[in-house]
Amino acid sequence: MKQIAPKKIVIWTLLFIGAVIMMTPIIFMFSASFKFNDEIYELALISSEPTLSNYIYLFGNTEFLMWFTNSIFVALLTTLCVLFFDSLVGYTLCKFRFRGRKIIFIAILSTLMIPTEMLVIPWYILARDLGLLDSYIGLIFPGIMTGFGVFLMKQFFESVPDDYLDAARIDGISEFEIFTKIAIPMVTPALSALAIFTFLGNWTAFLWPLIVTSSAELYTIPVGLSSFSGEFQSEWEMIMTGAAVASLPTLLIFLILQRYIIRGVILGGLKE
Amino acid sequence: MSKSRTIAQRRAIWAWLFLAVPIIYFILVRFYPTLDAFSISFTEWNIVGEKTFVGFDNYVRLWDDPVFWIVLSNTFEYLALGVPISMLLSFIIAYYLDQVRFGHGFLRACYFIPFLTTAVAMAWVWRWFYQPVPIGIINMALGQLGIVQQGFLRSTTQALPAVLAPAIWAGLGFQIIIFIAGIRAIPTSYYEAAKIDGAGAWQVLREITLPQLRPTIIFLTVISSIGFLRIFDQVYNMTQEGEGGPLNATRPLVLNIYKAAFEDFEMGMATAQTVVLFTILLIITIIQLRVLRK
Repeated sequence: MKQIAPKKIVIWTLLFIGAVIMMTPIIFMFSASFKFNDEIYELALISSEPTLSNYIYLFGNTEFLMWFTNSIFVALLTTLCVLFFDSLVGYTLCKFRFRGRKIIFIAILSTLMIPTEMLVIPWYILARDLGLLDSYIGLIFPGIMTGFGVFLMKQFFESVPDDYLDAARIDGISEFEIFTKIAIPMVTPALSALAIFTFLGNWTAFLWPLIVTSSAELYTIPVGLSSFSGEFQSEWEMIMTGAAVASLPTLLIFLILQRYIIRGVILGGLKE
Repeated sequence: MSKSRTIAQRRAIWAWLFLAVPIIYFILVRFYPTLDAFSISFTEWNIVGEKTFVGFDNYVRLWDDPVFWIVLSNTFEYLALGVPISMLLSFIIAYYLDQVRFGHGFLRACYFIPFLTTAVAMAWVWRWFYQPVPIGIINMALGQLGIVQQGFLRSTTQALPAVLAPAIWAGLGFQIIIFIAGIRAIPTSYYEAAKIDGAGAWQVLREITLPQLRPTIIFLTVISSIGFLRIFDQVYNMTQEGEGGPLNATRPLVLNIYKAAFEDFEMGMATAQTVVLFTILLIITIIQLRVLRK
C-alpha cells in the first residue's frame, strides 16, 4: 500500500477547514430559515422541530413571490437580449469587412472603462424624461447590450472558419440565417459563459433597480430583500428566509450545471 | 471584378443593417450618458428645476468638504485591505487546491459557491453574525472562548473591515478558479526542467509559477481593485439606515454619490463625484496595463 505523505494530509485538512468556513454563512442562513424565532439564539444547525412556517409566511404574506418573479423576468429577458445583440455585433465586427469597423469596435470596447455608477444618474434622467421610471423597461434598458459581451463574442467568432460561412453563401442562405444557423452553433461555449455572467450579474444587481423602482410591485429580489430586512429588523429568521430565497436559484443552477459554470467563468474571466 | 465589388458592397450593407440598432443603443445608453454626467458635474441642479452652470464649483466644494475626504479615504481603505488580502488568500488556496486529488471537486465547489450568492442577501447574513450576544454567532463563539465581546458594525474602527469581509469572501471563489486555471496553463515541461535541475518546491514557486502567473495576477488585481473601489451593496445593507456609519466610518464613494443624487438631489455634486470615481478607475487601469506590457 502506498503511504500518503503526512504533509498532504495536513494540507487537505486545512483546505477542508477553509471550505467549511467558506460555506458557514450559507449553511447558517438556510439553517435559520427553518427555525422559529426563539431558536435563532441557539447554535444548533438543525432545529429540534424544523418548520416551513417562515417560507409559508414569506410567500403568503409579503411581496416576495412578486419580487422573485420580477427578478427572474428581468434577468432572463436581459440575458436573452445580451446573447442576441452581443453575438450579432461580435459576429459582424469579426466576419464582415467594411469601413468604420475598427472605430466601432474600439468605441464599444471603450465603454468597458465607464463605471455603471457614472451612468446611473444620466440613466435616471433619461428614464424620467421617457416616462420609464418604475417600469420593467426602465429596469431592463441599461443592460441589454454590453461591451464585454461584444468583445467576448468577437474573440470566439475568430475561431469560426470563413470557408464555412462562404460555403453557405454559395448555397444561397441569407446572411441572417448564416449567423443564426451556422455561426451561432459554433460558439455555444462562449454563449453559455456570457449567459452565466449576464444572468448572475442581473440576478444580484442592486444599485440600478434600487434607483429606478419606487413601487414595491416592481422591486427585484435584492431591492425587495433590502427594504424587507430594514422593516423586519431583529426578526432574523425571516430575514434569513428571504436571503435564502434570494440565493436559491443561482445555487440550484450551480448544483445542476457545475461543470459548465466553472468552465464558463474561466472562459469569460480569461478573455476579459 | 465588378461583380466581386457588388458582393463586397452587399455584405457591407448587411453589416450596417446588423449594427444599426446596437450603434444607436450604444450612443444613447453609453456615450450620451457619459457626456451628460460630465456636463451635469459643471452645474447646480436639483433634478427638477433649471440647471445653472457653475464651472468647477462642485469640484471645489468637494475639495473643501471634510466628509468627502473621509469617504475617499474609506474607499481606498477598502482597496488597500481588500486587494492584498483576497489575492494572497486566493493564491494560497489555489496553489494547494490544485495539488489535491481527493475530493478536489467538492472542495472547489465549497470555495466557489459564495461567488454565486447575492451580495444583498449575504450582507444581511453577515450583519446577523456580527450582532452582539445573544444574537450574533461570532460574539457567541468569542464568548465561549472567553474572549471579550467585539463591537464589529457598531465600532468606528472595526466596522469597515467587518463590511469588507463579506465582499472578500464572495469574490474569493472567482479568484481561486482563475488562479487554478492560470497554474494549469503553465507548461509541464517547465516543471520537469526544474526537477532535473533539482529545484525545491519553494524555488519552483518563486522562479516558475509566480513569474508565469504574472498576467493572471495583474488581471485579478485590476478586477478586484475595481470591485473594491465600487463597493456599495454591502455597506448599504450592513450599516444602520444604509448611512455608511457609524460616523461615516464605512461610507464609500458610491454610497456618497447615491446619497447626494437620490436623497439630497444635488445632481451636480453627485456627478462630480462620479467623475472622480471614473478618473480613479481610469488611472488604475492605465497603470496596470503599463505594468502588464513591461
